[in-house]
Amino acid sequence: MSTSNAPIVRHSGVAAPLLQANIDTDVIIPSREMKIVSKEGLGEGLFANWRYTLPGGREANPDFILNQTAYRNTSILLCGNNFGCGSSREHAVWALREYGIRVLIAPSFGAIFYNNCINNGLLPVVLDEDAIREIAAACTDNPQTQQPLINLEEQSVTLLNGSQYEFSIEAAAKHMLINGLDQIGLSLQHAADIEAFEAGDRDQRGWAYLGV
Amino acid sequence: MAKNLLDKLLDSHTVKTLDADHRMIYIDRIFLHERTGSIALKSLAASNRTVQRPEQVFCTMDHIVDTHPGRGDKTQMPSGHLFIEATRHSTAQAGIRLFDIGDANQGIAHVVSAEQGIALPGCTMVCPDSHTCTLGGLGALAWGIGSTEAEHALATKTLVLKKAQAMRVTFNGKLSAGVTAKDMILHLIAAHGANGGAGFAVEFCGEAVRELSIEARMTLCNMAVEFSAVTGFVAPDEKTIAYVKGRPYAPTGERWDQAVAHWRTLQSDPGARFDHEIVIDAGSIEPSVSWGTNPQHSMGVSHPVPSPSENPEAEVRSAMEKAQRYMQLEPGQKLNSIAIDAAFIGSCTNSRISDLRAAAAMLKGKRIAPGVAAVCVPGSSQVKQMAEAEGLHQVFIDAGFEWRESGCSMCFYAGGETFGEGKRVISSTNRNFEGRQGPKVKTHIASPLTVAASALTGRITDPRDFL
Ligand code: SF4
Repeated sequence: MSTSNAPIVRHSGVAAPLLQANIDTDVIIPSREMKIVSKEGLGEGLFANWRYTLPGGREANPDFILNQTAYRNTSILLCGNNFGCGSSREHAVWALREYGIRVLIAPSFGAIFYNNCINNGLLPVVLDEDAIREIAAACTDNPQTQQPLINLEEQSVTLLNGSQYEFSIEAAAKHMLINGLDQIGLSLQHAADIEAFEAGDRDQRGWAYLGV
Repeated sequence: MAKNLLDKLLDSHTVKTLDADHRMIYIDRIFLHERTGSIALKSLAASNRTVQRPEQVFCTMDHIVDTHPGRGDKTQMPSGHLFIEATRHSTAQAGIRLFDIGDANQGIAHVVSAEQGIALPGCTMVCPDSHTCTLGGLGALAWGIGSTEAEHALATKTLVLKKAQAMRVTFNGKLSAGVTAKDMILHLIAAHGANGGAGFAVEFCGEAVRELSIEARMTLCNMAVEFSAVTGFVAPDEKTIAYVKGRPYAPTGERWDQAVAHWRTLQSDPGARFDHEIVIDAGSIEPSVSWGTNPQHSMGVSHPVPSPSENPEAEVRSAMEKAQRYMQLEPGQKLNSIAIDAAFIGSCTNSRISDLRAAAAMLKGKRIAPGVAAVCVPGSSQVKQMAEAEGLHQVFIDAGFEWRESGCSMCFYAGGETFGEGKRVISSTNRNFEGRQGPKVKTHIASPLTVAASALTGRITDPRDFL
């Protein structure tokens, strides 16, 4: 599984509920699991404090939902309010991606985390709590077969029972996710505007420029 | 049209309006650290992109470095030196000023950037660290970003920003003795929720904010992110100007005059519109301490641990129950009866010289309770040196504290520094998340005064008992 910003247009997969509010990025990946200067090798550390029996250990905690056979190959997480709050560590998103998560559905997300998702091909879907609870309820009998379908083009989540939920997402974020684009490349197309701004700004706010 | 301060800060940095909600914003300063900066620089180089204006980019060693006296590159975490070496290498290649281990100006990014005059009022500043909003205390528009966004800022000198809504939080009246900026922000988050600032940039104002020192304003803004705000800031005033003057990277001569003239325009105009307003009576704020696993789980130190069963919302109830299980606390237990194992004074929230002075004044001539482990980590090497020149280090040491080199240290566990598994810690830091200070560690966040008072008695203690 890669951490790159691979395009995402439609996705269906096993959905696991982690509905607690305020799941922070320290929980998504504890700092001690970020051992090397790399965006890779982080999937193993995902939810390490909950997923393993001992800190730093690798023995699966059978109580943790993603360790249960019913939730094998989970690629969609159903989350609570403010998912991904806290530390700016992009490792949280890289770890989720490497583990195989492609879609997060939550009533709200941490702001920095949300941007990190868009930059890494992880689709953050915002739905209200009731909708998320209904989706969770519709998938729990047999998560392996009751897979929701997320259609980013149409901005909808469809369940096997026919229920459908529409979500909104900003046009710019949608465009980036569907095409797997890189924001830096997009912004560099505005290089001439940036230079022009800077030239004018140096006249007005010369004090803000160092080393000249 | 009357503009609020957020409008003014954004308008002066808008390169281009991309659509109704997004602008390309010019970034004046970028700060990196060895934890996420090294990854950003490495990835930038790998994609054949360059740092556009290295003279506006700075880097420090703070997150992972060891803080024990006589430190080198070795950290408590076995692979920590890899981050340190990679940072040294990539900053040298990119021509970026690095505040390395052993540098007299090394320290925590958000402490150093203010101290050095790198962060300035009216500047945009970003760092791949969520507490960059600390610099809002100077009247900068400063916020934390991810690594990919850091690459973006380095490669393009800009960021694409979604328009935040403007919130004003007014603290009317005066704080009581023993109550600090830390208590103000904990009070706000406890009353309005850890999610209360989501989507907003928050301007803090009112008499109690004006009265705060610049360092205390930085404490206040530091935790805007724990309120889920994009950032927080305080309009610069004469105190701010006096604070910035003469700092190493601050403008001088004609440019200084030009800067000051601009800074004096940086207030919300009378009648400016805000999307949301909160008003708080500063006099009603008590010294606050957290009881759970999120800063929202905080309350006045004289209160009991709240009862989840009284909360009408099922999700909140279960989060409270889960937090109390983790913290091993029972509803109804008095906060100020809880015994602690350890006390920590440090972090970008509360380890500037004024914090150390306040804590030392309380500790002077006293000893911490037997069995309590206590550590003080100055926010920068310069703070450490100032404290030592004033003899504060001796006060801490005589009281039973360890006196360390500067870094993030036990604010979180990245470098591997911890009081030990499952310990209960009273801490001047900003996050009481599960495992933040090490496996199963139970963190109670509070002001340095409350930390010092608690270290003395061995239980969570109201600092006013010692005033
Ligand atoms: S002191 Fe703590 S909160 Fe501040 S930058 Fe360091 S780790 Fe982050």
